[in-house]
Formats: sequence, structure tokens, C-alpha cells
Amino acid sequence: MNNIVILPIIIPLIMGMILVIFRKSIQFQRWMSLIAIAAVGSTSIYLMTQIKGHGMQTLQLGGWQAPFGVSMVADMFAVLLLATTSFVALCCLIYAFGSIGRERESYYFYPMFLFLLTGINGSFLTGDIFNLFVCFEVMLISSYVLLSLGGTKIQLRESIKYVLVNIISSFLFLLAVAYLYAMTGTLNLAHLSVRIAEVGQDGLMTTVAILFLIVFSLKAALFLFFWLPGSYSAPPTAVAAVFAALLTKVGMYAIFRMFTLVFYHEPQVTHLIIGILGGLTMVLGAFGAIAYWDIKKILAYNVIVGVGLIMSGLAAFTSTAITGSIYYLIHDIIIKALIFLLGGTMIHLTGTSNLKDMSGLIRTHPYVGWMFFIAALSLAGIPPLSGFIGKVLITKGTFEASYFWLGGIGLLTSLLVLYSVMKIFMNGFWGETLLSEDMEKGTTKGLMFPMGCLLAATVALGFGAEGIHEYVSMAAEGLLRPELYIEAVLGRNPMP
Amino acid sequence: METLMSFLVGILFMIGTYLILAKGLLRIILGTSIISHAVHLLILTMGGLKTGGPPLLGLKNTSYTDALPQALILTAIVINFAVTALFLVLSYRAYKLVGTDDMGQMRGNADE
Repeated sequence: MNNIVILPIIIPLIMGMILVIFRKSIQFQRWMSLIAIAAVGSTSIYLMTQIKGHGMQTLQLGGWQAPFGVSMVADMFAVLLLATTSFVALCCLIYAFGSIGRERESYYFYPMFLFLLTGINGSFLTGDIFNLFVCFEVMLISSYVLLSLGGTKIQLRESIKYVLVNIISSFLFLLAVAYLYAMTGTLNLAHLSVRIAEVGQDGLMTTVAILFLIVFSLKAALFLFFWLPGSYSAPPTAVAAVFAALLTKVGMYAIFRMFTLVFYHEPQVTHLIIGILGGLTMVLGAFGAIAYWDIKKILAYNVIVGVGLIMSGLAAFTSTAITGSIYYLIHDIIIKALIFLLGGTMIHLTGTSNLKDMSGLIRTHPYVGWMFFIAALSLAGIPPLSGFIGKVLITKGTFEASYFWLGGIGLLTSLLVLYSVMKIFMNGFWGETLLSEDMEKGTTKGLMFPMGCLLAATVALGFGAEGIHEYVSMAAEGLLRPELYIEAVLGRNPMP
Repeated sequence: METLMSFLVGILFMIGTYLILAKGLLRIILGTSIISHAVHLLILTMGGLKTGGPPLLGLKNTSYTDALPQALILTAIVINFAVTALFLVLSYRAYKLVGTDDMGQMRGNADE
């Protein structure tokens, strides 16, 4: 029992509710949301040290024993993601100060941002399948509002599609929960794991597992990504960066949780399907990324490639591959936020998202240019930067599991990803300078600091990979040994 | 009883899916509502339809119906209610601004 586990959920929730009252005082809203997110970040770092010392931290809400109440579980995997999420959210929030505009700020932008984080943090920490559904809904409803806030034509059009797709996937989620409840009679993840290990994962259970895979694939853009490129290019830059960095990751987290803790008995069926879907996702995402001349579209398809790569680590299901996936997941959260912010800054400066209409930005904005260059190399996985170690471990893991085709696709799509972001760099930053300083549509004032922080983080993660290795390997161990999770939640003598 | 309910749920799913694949925005929203009914009925059915008293301890019955699916449905209903309200307002705004409720014409141009 550890009451700190609930803090990452209630701090943004309560602060969001307070900020709803102070609609007009924008400075107050800015500072308070900043403080709230920083508090969540420091809580998660504190939790990390506690988990390292004493193992997984759990909290049984209301004091009810584990399978009967809702349990909150903070294992190393969840807390690592929690800390990264808070850092990225902080950077995107500071970027939003300078770019989101007065109009949106006074119509509950900051409360919605905090509610979004409530949902995300809740999804990471919950130990109950129906509670996961509720946290998903908290996250999704806030994301509907953030996506349509401002009410421009393109935003309304895209949010209708986004809302419809997510409503359908929520229904499928409920459907899957209903089937699972009928078969096992419990909703607690640890208890589910025990029950399924007892009765065995037969054909019917595997069907439910695949239904869950479809649900979370819709959220994580694993193969079912058709909704993503449109939706992620509609909202303002700061919101798009948060979506790209965090929303798909929650779906991926759920896939990881379900297929390492609950449905891990038939890997030759479920994990092979995940591998095939991951491979197809990488190929189709990379094709999309090289096909377009629109910055937003290229970056959105890059999000999809990242999802495929992380999932191929889960498909291989060896210790190396899972470690690599966790490294890459952390890297991917940071780098997707950074590259969306940089791309958004380019659009902000030139007033267009078409690469053919811009060139020579490096002369007027050398810092933005070189930051984009480093971010692009990091995205592709060039050695000293953060994308490298994860990619190497995932490739090694897939080879160990003799999924050579999967590792091969991963390596090949890295090249295409590098080509797609270098296309942005060479067309946007090199060549004749078309815009002089005073012809630009906006300034980078106040936008450089958050991007600099994210860049520093991705470089530090690359050079300091050794430093966090202890935490990452602990997270991987927690995923590969479900009995640790079960013991932390249910105690030594789990209920039948 | 469970078999009958399963057929009913299946038919509701069929109607809902058909409506969601339609072109009019309002039909799509009606389709999501019908599917939500189907899902809630399914949760109730999957919890088991054995006979027993309503889950109220004051009634002093020997057996009660399962209380957990009812709580789940109640939660799902309010969430779905909120989302449907948001979706309706969103489609109203989109109809005002874009000027059409035909999903075929909601594609838009690349240069917007």
C-alpha cells in the first residue's frame, strides 16, 4: 500500500477542475498547469526510486482487497513512461504558451490539457481492465475537445472522423471486456492472469485476445492507422505534438500490458499476429512517409512507422527485444514531440506546409535547421543519438527469435524514414532563401526553449543509455515475469 | 434466454453497422447509438441472466443477480451519453461551417 501511486492521477485532475473556474486569468492558468505537470514528473521520479528499492508499488483503492476493489499498480515500465510523459507534456505546454493563441487559451485549453494527462496517467497506472476503459475515455474525450478546439473547417471535419473511429473502438473494448468477464468472472488484471493461467488459454480465449488486439491497435495505430494522418495534421502544433507523442503510446502500453501479463500463453498465435501487423505497419507507414510533400503528412506517417517497430519488439518476445522496445518507446515519445514541434515551427514561419513552397530557411534560422538535422538523425537511429540503442536491441531480439523478415523490415524502413525526414531538411532548409526576415509569417520567440529541452533529452538519452539501463532492464523483467506483478497485487497467496 | 438475447444483440449490431456505413451524418450517429444499446445488452447477457432478486440487501432474498455488470453498464451509459452529446454538437457545428452532412463531401481540398 502506497498512497503516492494515486498522485499522478489526482494532481492534474484537481488542478484541471480548479482552472475551469479561472477562465479569464490566463497567466494563473499557465503557471498552475506548469506546476501541476512538474509535480507529476517529480512524483514519478520519486516512485521510480521507491520501486527500485522495494519492488512494485500498489494501492488498493478504498482499502478493498485486490480482486474486489480497484487496484493501482506502479511498476517500473509504467513509471518510466509516466516520467517521460510528464517531461514531454511540460515541453509541449511551454511551446503552447507562445503559439496556441489567446482565443483557445481562454476557452479551457489548459484544463483540457490537464484532463488529457489525467487519462493518460490513469491508463498507465491502473490494474483493472474496466478502469483502463474509463481512463481511455477520459483521455479520448479530452482529445476530442483539444482536436476540435478553435473550430476551423479542417478541425471539425477531421474530428468527426476521429470521434467516430474512437467511439467504435470503445464499443469493441466494452465488447471484449464483456466476453472476458463471462469467461473468467473477474476484471482485475492480476487476477485475470491467474485465472487464465489456471484454465489455459484455449481457442475462445485467444479469440478474445485478438479482439483486444484489434481494439488497442485502433488506438495505437498498429496497422489500423487509416484515421491517423488526417487527425494529426488538423490541430495546432502543440496539440498535434502531444497527440503524436502520447496518444498512440497509451494504446501500445495497453498492448504490452495485455500480451505480457494476461494473454501470454499462445505466443505462436497472438504474438505472431502482432509481428505481421507490425511489419505491415512499418512498410505502409514508410511508403506514406516518402510519398507526400506535406510536412504534416510526412511526420504523421513517421509516427506509424515507430508503432510498427516497437510492436515487432513485443512480437519477438525475448528479453533483448522487450528491453529494446522499452528503450525505443521512451525515445519515441521524446522524438515525436520534438519533430512535430520543429515541423510546426517551420509551418509557423513560412505559412505553408508544402515542401515545394519553402526553401533556404537555414540562412535565417540556423538553430531551427540544425536542431531539425539532429532530430532527424535521432529519429532514424544514427549511433550516438537515442534512437540507436532501441533499434539495435529490437533487431537483435527479432533475429534471436528467428523472425529475420521482421528485423529486416525494421532496418529497411529506417532508411526510408531517414530519407523522408532528410527530404524535409534538404527542401526546407537548403537552397535559395525565399523569405527574408520581415516577410515571415511568425517568429520563433519563446518557441526555442522547449524544443531545446527536448533536443537535450534525446541527446542525453543517447549518450546516457547506460545510466537508465538499470531501470529499463527492471521494467523488461517486470514484463517478462508476470508472477512479480501478480504477487505485488494479490499478495503471496493469490485467491483462486 | 441468453440465446435469445444474443440474437437480439446480433441484430442490433447489424442495424448499427449498416447505419454507420451510410452517408448522412445523422444516420451515423443513430448507428453508434444503436450499437451502444447492443453493447450494453451484451454486457448484461454475459454477466448471466439467472433468476434472483435485485441486488438490494434490504430485500432478504436467498440469491441475487450479479451486481457488477450493472455497475459496468451504468458507467458505460453515462460515458456514451457524454460522447454522443459531444458528437451531436460537433456534427451540428460541422454542418453549419462546412455546409454539408454528406460524408462523401467531407473530404475537403488539400490546400485548405
